[in-house]
Amino acid sequence: MLLDVGRFVQNKVMRKFLAALFVFALPFAALSGTALSFRAQAGARAAPQQTSPAPTPAQPASAPTGSDAQTAVTPPRAGLNIVVLDPAHGGTDLGARGTGGIHESDIVLEFAAQVRTALESQGFQVVQTRQGNANPSFDDRSAMANAQRGAIFVTLHIASTGVPGTARVYTMNDLAPAADATGLIPWDRAQGPFVSLSRKLGDQVQALLAQRFKGSPATAQTASVRQLRTTAAPAIAVEISSVTVEDRAQLDHMAPGVADAIARGAAAFRPSYVVPVNPGERP
Amino acid sequence: MTPRWRWWFLGALFLAVVIAGIYLPILRRNIRQAAKLQQRSEEQARRELTQPTVINPSDPRVKSKLFWASGADDGTVSAVTVELPLSSDPVLRSKQVLNTLLAGPVDIELRTLPPDAALLAFYLPPDGTAIADFSEALATSIPSGIESEQMAVDSITKTLEANVPQVRRLKILIHGQEVETLAGHLDLSQSFLVNANAAPRPRAAGTPGPALVPPALTPAAAAVKLTAPARKR
Repeated sequence: MLLDVGRFVQNKVMRKFLAALFVFALPFAALSGTALSFRAQAGARAAPQQTSPAPTPAQPASAPTGSDAQTAVTPPRAGLNIVVLDPAHGGTDLGARGTGGIHESDIVLEFAAQVRTALESQGFQVVQTRQGNANPSFDDRSAMANAQRGAIFVTLHIASTGVPGTARVYTMNDLAPAADATGLIPWDRAQGPFVSLSRKLGDQVQALLAQRFKGSPATAQTASVRQLRTTAAPAIAVEISSVTVEDRAQLDHMAPGVADAIARGAAAFRPSYVVPVNPGERP
Repeated sequence: MTPRWRWWFLGALFLAVVIAGIYLPILRRNIRQAAKLQQRSEEQARRELTQPTVINPSDPRVKSKLFWASGADDGTVSAVTVELPLSSDPVLRSKQVLNTLLAGPVDIELRTLPPDAALLAFYLPPDGTAIADFSEALATSIPSGIESEQMAVDSITKTLEANVPQVRRLKILIHGQEVETLAGHLDLSQSFLVNANAAPRPRAAGTPGPALVPPALTPAAAAVKLTAPARKR
């Protein structure tokens, strides 16, 4: 047997075959070994995440950990937790226009970004009616709020009148109650049952704006704002003066104060809002 | 050509030049006038037909309250008392006070309505819901914003409230059309309350039975439920 092997190795052709096999197989074996060792190390690092920590009194043993699992297990907070934020106008509708090329539709979008951050820091989930230069219809914007459960609606505007550096909050005028046998709220008067709640929210935000921006009214005003009429939620319009400022920086300086007032006003309003069980239900 | 015919020919040529010299400027003027008439917008033509109601000096002079901006920069309107000869007919009276309101106050800073806006028509059906049809300039020339648009509507409704007690509600049209907003903010699809306690006017003999109510004010229009898909603008 050994002789046979020796004779086999001594064969010239077989010697070349073995040499070639050695040359190619050695790097392949080395690479395979490296890959296997890397996978083993990765598995060792991942292993602690998969093991459940020891149960504590505050955290039941059955509760999974990790960020995704946390949101799934934490019960939804009862009451108000969603703010539908509406930067008005957009698209071809520029809104109020100043002499310096300032457009309401652009500025409200930038304000909305700061208001959103402030609201999220207060623990609210924010739904924005438009992100870019789109122009959803009034009804489409209202529909975003009406589809939520436990939401408030805030629409942002920049005026072309008023004392520059002031801000006003508007809520809807009283809407005549619509007789309806089914108990559903007519779309055209969706704001009707929420008018008093809207005023409460509006007064809270306006009081904070008045502290920040001198010359602003102390309480919210009423106006027949189209966007508010079809919104079945506590809804306010915040209007800032104005696009007539010579320097746009004057408006930009107002954004943090406006954002803070809206966020703190919404947070103060949260305990007083008993959220209806179903979307569109009367409060 | 004989010399005689040559003189006749030159004379005729000279006469043609003289006639053309007289006629061409007239022709040019007529062409310009025709072009101007073509360029004139429909609204301008309509405004010519619906001349503002002239105040009749023989009407009794009445102390009327007209509402313009208060000047306090707080978005409110305040009354200015003006002595005007006003008709006793509520439609004519409404036109008179609204035209005076559109003409503006002495201090132009207190103006609430654009100077180029015009009242095209005014109707007052027996149910007391008045319809005021304004020119497009009311929507296009007004400063955009909740405050300015609310002031414009306030000045109209409060002026009617103070001077025409027969007007219960007011529906505003722009150039004969129902519009969703005045200038992007204020809701014009609904009617505004003017005099809640206004008594319905007695119906004149021969007038049709049902009151003239714009489509948006009928109960059917308000019967869109939250469960229905949202309407597109």
